Amino acid sequence: MSEFPASAKCVVIGAGIVGNCLVGHLTKLGWNDLVLLDKGPLPNPGGSTGHASNFIFPVDHNKEMCLLGVQSANQYRDLDLSVDSGGIEVARTQERMDELQRRMTSATAWGVEAHLLTPEEVAELVPFVNTEVILGGFYCPTVSVVDSLETGTVMRRLATDNGCRVLANTEVLDIVAEPGPNPGDHTVKAVVTDAGTIETDYVVIACGVWSNRLANMAGATIPLVPAVHQMADVGPMDILAETGNEIGYPIVRDMDTFCYERQTAGSMEVGSYAHRPIFHHPDEIPSNEEAALSPTEMPFTPDDFDPQMEQAIELMDMLGDAEIKYAINGLLSLTPDAMPCLGEVPEVRNLWSAAAVWVKEGPGMAQVVAEWMTYGYPRVIDAHGADISRFYPEERPDEHIWARSAEHFNKTYGIVHPAEQWESRRNLRVGPYFSRQQDLGAFFFQARTWERPQWFESNADLVERYGLSEREVEWDNRWWSPITNAEHLNLRDNCGLVDLSAFQIYELAGPGAVAFADRLAVNKIDVPVGRSIYTPWLTPDGGFHSDLTMMRMGEERVRIVTGVFDGGRDEFWVRRHMPTDGSVSFANTTDDITTLGLWGPNAPAVLGAVCEADLSQAGSSYGSLVDVELDCGTGRPVPATLFRISYVGDTGWEIYLAWDDGPAVWDTLMRIGADYGLRPTGGGVYGTSGRLEKGYRLMGAELESEYNPLEAGLARPRVKAADFIGKEAYLAAREAGGPEVQMCVLTVEDLHDARGRKRYMQGGNEPILTGDGGRIVDSHGRVSRVTTAGPGPSVGKHLLMGYLPSELAAPRTELQVMYMNELFPVRVAGTGAVFDPDDARMKS
Amino acid sequence: MRILCCVKRVPAPGARINVTADGLAVDAAHLGFTTSPHEECGVEEAVQIAERTGGEVTVLTLGPAEAAEQLRYAASVGAHRGVLISTDGSASDPQRTARALTSAIQSLEADGGVFDLILFGNESADSGGFQVGVRVCHALGRPIVNGIKGIEIEGSGVRARREIDGGFEVYELDLPAALGVKEGINLPRYPTMRGRLASKKLEITTLELDAGAGDQALVRLHRPAETVSQTAILGDGPGAAPAAVDVLEELGVL
Amino acid sequence: MLLVVLEHDRGTLGEPAREALTFGRTLAAKMGVEMHAAVIGACAAGPGPVAEEAGAHGADRVYAVEHGVLSDFGPEAWGESIAQIVSVLGPRAVLACGSERGNEVMAQAAARLDWPFVANCTDVTPPAGEGGHWSMTRIQWGGSLLEDAILAAAGTALLTCGLHTVASAPVEPAPAAPPETQAVPVDLDAALARSVVKDRVVLEAGVTLPTAPVVVGGGRGVGSAEGFAPLEELAALLGGRVGCSRAVTNNGWRPHSDQVGQTGTRIAPEIYIASGISGAIQHWVGAMGSKHILAINIDPEANMVVKADWAVIGDLHQVIPAMNAEIRRRRDRP
Repeated sequence: MSEFPASAKCVVIGAGIVGNCLVGHLTKLGWNDLVLLDKGPLPNPGGSTGHASNFIFPVDHNKEMCLLGVQSANQYRDLDLSVDSGGIEVARTQERMDELQRRMTSATAWGVEAHLLTPEEVAELVPFVNTEVILGGFYCPTVSVVDSLETGTVMRRLATDNGCRVLANTEVLDIVAEPGPNPGDHTVKAVVTDAGTIETDYVVIACGVWSNRLANMAGATIPLVPAVHQMADVGPMDILAETGNEIGYPIVRDMDTFCYERQTAGSMEVGSYAHRPIFHHPDEIPSNEEAALSPTEMPFTPDDFDPQMEQAIELMDMLGDAEIKYAINGLLSLTPDAMPCLGEVPEVRNLWSAAAVWVKEGPGMAQVVAEWMTYGYPRVIDAHGADISRFYPEERPDEHIWARSAEHFNKTYGIVHPAEQWESRRNLRVGPYFSRQQDLGAFFFQARTWERPQWFESNADLVERYGLSEREVEWDNRWWSPITNAEHLNLRDNCGLVDLSAFQIYELAGPGAVAFADRLAVNKIDVPVGRSIYTPWLTPDGGFHSDLTMMRMGEERVRIVTGVFDGGRDEFWVRRHMPTDGSVSFANTTDDITTLGLWGPNAPAVLGAVCEADLSQAGSSYGSLVDVELDCGTGRPVPATLFRISYVGDTGWEIYLAWDDGPAVWDTLMRIGADYGLRPTGGGVYGTSGRLEKGYRLMGAELESEYNPLEAGLARPRVKAADFIGKEAYLAAREAGGPEVQMCVLTVEDLHDARGRKRYMQGGNEPILTGDGGRIVDSHGRVSRVTTAGPGPSVGKHLLMGYLPSELAAPRTELQVMYMNELFPVRVAGTGAVFDPDDARMKS
Repeated sequence: MRILCCVKRVPAPGARINVTADGLAVDAAHLGFTTSPHEECGVEEAVQIAERTGGEVTVLTLGPAEAAEQLRYAASVGAHRGVLISTDGSASDPQRTARALTSAIQSLEADGGVFDLILFGNESADSGGFQVGVRVCHALGRPIVNGIKGIEIEGSGVRARREIDGGFEVYELDLPAALGVKEGINLPRYPTMRGRLASKKLEITTLELDAGAGDQALVRLHRPAETVSQTAILGDGPGAAPAAVDVLEELGVL
Repeated sequence: MLLVVLEHDRGTLGEPAREALTFGRTLAAKMGVEMHAAVIGACAAGPGPVAEEAGAHGADRVYAVEHGVLSDFGPEAWGESIAQIVSVLGPRAVLACGSERGNEVMAQAAARLDWPFVANCTDVTPPAGEGGHWSMTRIQWGGSLLEDAILAAAGTALLTCGLHTVASAPVEPAPAAPPETQAVPVDLDAALARSVVKDRVVLEAGVTLPTAPVVVGGGRGVGSAEGFAPLEELAALLGGRVGCSRAVTNNGWRPHSDQVGQTGTRIAPEIYIASGISGAIQHWVGAMGSKHILAINIDPEANMVVKADWAVIGDLHQVIPAMNAEIRRRRDRP
């Protein structure tokens, strides 16, 4: 009823749990010129928050999801809008019982109280559960039920008390973005509503299932799809009513039927993730006026729910005679990779996404976005997995969103292996050697959009040669092959050829290119032409944003090479920080350049057969870039850049080639290499075993924004003079003295479990514990856990990486690791390589 | 006691009902469907009577194949049989609908005996023609009273109550008879999960009957013009009470 | 001639009859014919007073239909009577008001004549010239949608006008003399007495929901059956009645007879005080006949607030007791 605001510092669109918490958190961080809009009425504007089941199971294998869930649960608790009902995940199968052991492991990692229960113990807590159909349960006493609507109202009120204006029943018609400041950029300017236009510096889309439609208005995308989650409210039942509570019994997740049963006063809500994926385009969602209930409470399709009813009755017989009082096809948001969409969208400056967030993680994720907007990066947790700029263009169309969401919807309660591969939408991006690799029986892993061989069946003969075998337990063997260990040993003995086409490569050019590159990187980029720099990029708070290689290609030319998992984030980071004076141009040359890795003791001999350059350490020193011509017998010399570097611990090169020249070089090297024991070698060696033996850190695993270069062991003796992002925080950390934690490599000393089977940790955040089984947590609350696990075939040990407090980081310190809820003895090897620690094989 | 309940499948829209581009139907693309509310109460009443008298409830509808959903719903709350007069789903006019229902009832009665009681909804939620039940009963030569909010079976007769200002009227009909019932006669039960699952096994009798069009034709549907009023806010909270009472005083209702 | 069937209860003309006459006057003018009216069944004081009031509302002539089985209202007997007098009098259209009785007896007549019957019209256009046909706009979905319809033939149209489509009004200036009254005989089978009203039960005296000058409505926001006490008090202070939304009856807080809405009662008070009611369409179509609306709601964006003439933003549990106190204070004023 007040005056329509003509301008605001920031407009937040969407007054669900996320938008409300976001204006609250922004207010706490000092923002006051805010506008919160929603097309619906308040307090329930009709989005997914309004029909959410409002419970939080705090344990998740994924660190971001788990810790933000716990963080959110605590925010609800702090507002006194939460009840700890407890919750039990029940198992009907042995496979699920094994999964519950893994849940126990994750619970220990994240410090969440949990217990494994027998069927009888389940029945003590929930007497109406049929113990005949379950094998056991995973009980978590801190499962909570929250009041998301009231929480939103409280957070909104906090904002309005400090100047935020709220416009309900106000529909956004357009989000105006104008070109600039750099070529190809757009910047958000205004929000056009049916009640008027608001000029604004920032816009946040927190519109849940409608988010992609809103983003499209500005020429951006928020890759999510509105998906149906069916739920039915049945009751009343005396045993529930007699509790006199909204929630008196623990929530039961019937994991193997993908259903849950949650008490709501005298009734039981039965919710399902078991039905066929049912998706709606945002344009198909009715308006508040058109909807019979609310826009996101769509008409129930009972046929889809019938099997779940039978299963629910099987588990709780009393449900069969209860009346179905309310049943909906409730809409929620799914994304192609099952992670939220947070952060500034890469297509439009100052346009932010806070979407694909459920009630269970809403307050925490709102805090992430508020901090991100305020400080340039989140502080509460590293959120790279939710960063919306992670998506490549191929991941943004509906075709991809729908296919991937359809694939993972039924895995909501599924048992998902840490290395699990997607079935749909494969071969989106392939290297120039793809058909050759297929002929060699390559088993491909997909890295975001890129297909990379993980191992080659053509190398199966090596398994016998090296006397290797499959792993004993199917789970450990899943998505793994002993061939990868064979390829590793062959590379150490002879040499291997690795396809690195998925490298993401950018070129900075122009008079300001080197200075700008120096602004991004911790290490000095202004080095002689022909030198490379391996360097962290820091967040403003001094944690890792990226970890990559930069190359001084010319006086005014810098190449950036980064891994495929981080390409989207890194490209956006570069573009977002580019000077606006025209002194630097940016080009993504990923599609023009293919890279082959050639490593092993015989690598110089193989390469020497096609190259006349001096390949000795003297002629091509470690870290150097040399332009050469390769003789592939075609009569035309093939230009190539040799980069003497190794991520696997043996001498060799990354060979940068024009994309179209790649196949001829592959064929030539394979032909010549046949006499030198050269084998095509997969990502299992490159990304895991070779890397682990050398203790090399990987962005997203060992390196996160919560850790700094000192802790990661990547700090150089001196800090360069030039300014760079995060320098102040980095200097402060250096001045503070020795790091509190250090990245270490550990060896597993005995792989046998209680049943005498050899088990192999997967690198899925298994907790590293003290000798007496205690959790190891530092003063920032950071827990010691496995960041990467994998074989070390050349050292004969299963290897782990993880941060340890400095007092535990000394070599030979004896600790334990938990895997599948069992403890295994481990020993600290050190902070560096366990194989060839002096780098003799690479550098001499 | 044989009870027949005639029901209509109707969309379940929200506050704003959209019309298809040709104006001939409600745009139900994203709407659920339900049993017209008066008729839902009719089914509940029929089931309650059957429960009391040991009778059997047959539910009859005219509509597209999807209308079987409403028959199953009726079965899930206790109806015993379902009969579908299958149409192509396009709108029917009242005379046509009445003729088809009449033929169907005659055929069902020829096979299974006369229905002691036929329940219609007072009017359908969508087209609201207020006449189909009356036309069917006239054709069957059976008495019908509309607007019924209370039914008691007494021997071979039925005592029915109809709401009027300040009370109700009572009608007493000999069976067989028919009644048009209104929402409020009962609070319909919801199906239980077991009821829902059992209803999937309902065998539905499908009849093909074409009665031919009547004399009333739909030209187009449209939304009434919206009246936009400017609301005067009298104030916040109890402090606004004097201003509110001022309004009552001005209107002369104080 | 346009024939209007008058709704009355044993000689007391109802508001629906006055609305039908008011609507009918306009229609008759469009048709270029006189408006006649029929009073069917026994009137306590004979047909005279009914005829006089019909005349005041524009009826040029009144037909009195009496018969032994018409001692009280009976849908079949009334419908048969209408069918018979239509055959005798040959009107070009027959109109009643779309009340419960109006729609029912017209349906009964239509069934007997096997003619179409168009219920709840808001506008009617007679056939224009040779080969023309009746066209009309009528209510669907309780008023949420309108239907344009036509009749296939130009013959006698059987119609009702939607309840509260027009506000009743006598003709001005008042006619000098009452209309001529003419008895029309009907031949009714004694069996039609089977569906005549057998008994009446009066539940309460005083003002009823459809006729109350003030309705105090409560919705989900009232929260409980007990929560209606201050609403009852306000209604009593104003000589009105309490109404409610569907959510309230579904929760069992009030009987269905108090429900205002598409499947409940349609109200037309001088003022509707809607408290804690969001204003879903199913409720709105029952309340939209109100002449004025005062909304009391905690949410300034609620539908009912947007549609109201006046609104108080606040908790009804505080606002209504304050209003009750204020009303008492003013009444106690010397």
